[in-house]
Amino acid sequence: MPIIEIVFYLFGAILVASALSVVTVGNPVYAVLFLVLSFFSAACIWMLLQAEFLAIVLVLVYVGAVMVLFLFVVMMLDVSGKEKRAQVVRYLPVGLLVALAMAAQLFLLIWTQGFETQAFPTPYPEGYSHTEALGQLLYTKYLYAFEIAAVLLLVAIIAAIALTHRKRPDTRYQDPSNQIKVRREERVRLVSMASDGWVGRSNGHGKEES
Amino acid sequence: MLTLAHFLTLGALLFSISVAGIFLNRKNVLLLLMCIELMLLAVNMNFVAFSRFLNVMDGQVFVFFILTVAAAEAAIGLAILVVLFRNRQSIAVGDIADLKG
Repeated sequence: MPIIEIVFYLFGAILVASALSVVTVGNPVYAVLFLVLSFFSAACIWMLLQAEFLAIVLVLVYVGAVMVLFLFVVMMLDVSGKEKRAQVVRYLPVGLLVALAMAAQLFLLIWTQGFETQAFPTPYPEGYSHTEALGQLLYTKYLYAFEIAAVLLLVAIIAAIALTHRKRPDTRYQDPSNQIKVRREERVRLVSMASDGWVGRSNGHGKEES
Repeated sequence: MLTLAHFLTLGALLFSISVAGIFLNRKNVLLLLMCIELMLLAVNMNFVAFSRFLNVMDGQVFVFFILTVAAAEAAIGLAILVVLFRNRQSIAVGDIADLKG
């Protein structure tokens, strides 16, 4: 058995097992950790398909940012999935039925349409850069789509901040429009006082008298 | 010998598992979001496999965009969950029935 098949079956088995664990484990914290494991195995399989850039992006961006965000929220919300196990068992038959029907249809489709004759492609020659090929495509043919994706991310940032931002009633803050509307008369009061004639001590600022 | 069908089968298995997960965990929004992430991973797996076997790079660009959209979706979904939890001290799906007539 060539090494490529060993790698595929090993990481495929880890991927399927961890996906099953995500679905069945119940505790959200463990589920996120199993999800990290499944993303990692998927990245390894993408590596096998010589999609290095996407595999690294999956690990760095997806596992490193999105999954950490998930973990953060799961721990902040403090939910325990333990109390509703009875209901989980109640929906098990219908869920299994739908999933098995869908899997059967997909397998039927996949294994009868000639996909099983598509041999594993020969590896790219040495010096081939997947990142370069992807970048060539992304910055020429898909430039507008790329920019729309960037705008989408910006919108998502703004939406997330706008949703979770809250005004605290007791926060002290500056109101610039009130600040610039202030007039001199409101802050400075000129008081005319009678001089007491004793001038000698306050003659100028810091000047020493000779 | 590995063929395209093997990779597609892996993607189909992942997708079916996450469909079952949506049924199993329909009381927990967090686990529902995770199942959606798993579905998107299955779709991405198919995209990468087709792209490599047919030797067309465009599929991997689509994976790129799917990752972007999935990240945005996760961020907004989690923000909604945080707001929901702050207002009601619970994110159980059964409790969110205020719009029911």
